[in-house]
Amino acid sequence: MRLVVPILTVVAAIVALWYAGSVWMNSQWTLDQAARNKQTLSFTQIVRDTMDQKRPVLPAPHQVAEGLWQGVFGQAVTSKRSLVYHAWITLSATLLGFAIGAGLGVLLAVGIVHNRAMDMSVMPWAIASQTIPILAIAPMIIVVMASIGVTGLFPKAVISAYLSFFPVVVGMVKGFRSPDAMQLDLLRTYSASRAQTFWKLRFPASMPYFFTSLKIAAAAALVGAIVGELPTGAVAGLGARLLSGSYYGQTVMIWSALFMAAIVAAAMVGVIGALQAVTLKRMGMRQ
Amino acid sequence: MKDTLDRATVIEAKGLDLAFQTADGPVQALKDVTLTVGRGEFVSFIGPSGCGKTTFLRAIAALETPTGGMLSVNGMTPDEARRARAYGYVFQAAGLYPWRTIAGNVKLPLEIMGFPRAEQDRRVAQVLELVDLAGFGKKFPWQLSGGMQQRASIARALAFDADILLMDEPFGALDEIVRDRLNEELLKLWARTGKTIGFVTHSIPEAVYLSTKIVVMSPRPGRITDVIDSPLPQERPLDIRDSREFIEVAHRVREGLRAGHSYEV
Ligand SMILES: Nc1ncnc2c1ncn2[C@@H]1O[C@H](COP(=O)(O)OP(=O)(O)OP(=O)(O)O)[C@@H](O)[C@H]1O
Ligand SMILES: [Mg+2]
Repeated sequence: MRLVVPILTVVAAIVALWYAGSVWMNSQWTLDQAARNKQTLSFTQIVRDTMDQKRPVLPAPHQVAEGLWQGVFGQAVTSKRSLVYHAWITLSATLLGFAIGAGLGVLLAVGIVHNRAMDMSVMPWAIASQTIPILAIAPMIIVVMASIGVTGLFPKAVISAYLSFFPVVVGMVKGFRSPDAMQLDLLRTYSASRAQTFWKLRFPASMPYFFTSLKIAAAAALVGAIVGELPTGAVAGLGARLLSGSYYGQTVMIWSALFMAAIVAAAMVGVIGALQAVTLKRMGMRQ
Repeated sequence: MKDTLDRATVIEAKGLDLAFQTADGPVQALKDVTLTVGRGEFVSFIGPSGCGKTTFLRAIAALETPTGGMLSVNGMTPDEARRARAYGYVFQAAGLYPWRTIAGNVKLPLEIMGFPRAEQDRRVAQVLELVDLAGFGKKFPWQLSGGMQQRASIARALAFDADILLMDEPFGALDEIVRDRLNEELLKLWARTGKTIGFVTHSIPEAVYLSTKIVVMSPRPGRITDVIDSPLPQERPLDIRDSREFIEVAHRVREGLRAGHSYEV
């Protein structure tokens, strides 16, 4: 409860700044129009006009809210104009890519922790893979996969996986290595095997790291799916909405899609956070 | 003190050397250490920081490999002895797994060594009883005080019936009052189980109170300067620490520590 006031204060401040920004950035167009029509406008008239343009440079918060509301509740979810429909297209690719990426990340981390050769060789490549701009790689993946007949969901998922495996590898290597020397020595005095050391110690010890890296990976996977929708000129998905919004100068559409993406990301992170809380509580670990 | 000679030898070190290879060259942690420990003895290792107490204990537990000399445990190499479950090791920190209950923590070695389920539960109950933690099995470590956590870690080391208990400053992080209680309990536990105990400490009273044999060590390179067989009786109430014999032994330990130090000057 005590948190509500500060949070609302910050939100109110952001909305106020946003309105100010809308007025400032959209007023140019209003003034140009007025000059063309040889009118002079009062300040109130200018403000009122900047709040309600068809193609504002920066849509006002209520315009975005209305666009979002229309997109989510104003149509059947199967409609091509429904944001729910587009969000689902993107989310399905995101989830597939996230699952592949997280699985791959955990496997690589297991290998890195248990195998010296992998420790030396995999990490540099994983890091290198993330230094290549995703915008450069995404079209290649889409084109190459299309040429072997794979289109639609899967190529986008590959890009998602490409972005999301990395935080999982880094987080899980750290997690698997989090037990200190004393805990490893203790297991040595029991003559525990490497498999036992992994399942009894490394794996449970890595759980807090696991969920934290999943949260980062989920957000990265969403970015990957959206980027994957851009180069193909895809007709569906949040990326497609962003693209067609920018073709037609529909800024409200762009902003609505952006907010939808943020909502989807927040929902995924929220679900992972809930799983984390339940799991760690079950394990008796205080957070 | 009595009849050390006809006791079976459990730990035997002859001319033991152990050097660590470090970036600034080798560090001689143990030099020419010779010691015999009989079955059922309570041996304390005392000496200034860096004299190799931990290293010696770890070498016995096959956690470090000696670079020279001979070391045998129950007539085997330390490695073989470990595989034969010869010892339980208690570290300075309790090191309980936060995601396991106290009972679950005590069960850990039993699971790893593949004891049958029913046997696991029986042993857990038994050793928790032994360290006075019966009824705390379902609690998680953070719900227990530091002293109770350390008792749980002792229970864990006792669970699989190793006949040697190696303890590296197990009570070092606890306050004096808790420490006294645990010392008393440890003595009782030792009397009841007849285990051989190797115990590292920085405290002269603790060493004298607990041990049948006190090994005084000195640093750089780590070696033994004195081995004192305690004349104190087996039965030791806490106020034995005011007796003349106790004070004499403590005095001899202190002398030994001082002699060790004079080497450095
Ligand atoms: N893994 C290691 N690598 C290099 N040097 C080490 C290592 N472990 C211990 N040493 C060195 O060996 C010497 C003996 O260390 P050890 O830990 O056995 O001392 P200790 O008597 O247990 O000291 P303390 O009372 O502080 O615990 C020290 O000089 C220490 O720096
Ligand atoms: Mg030490």
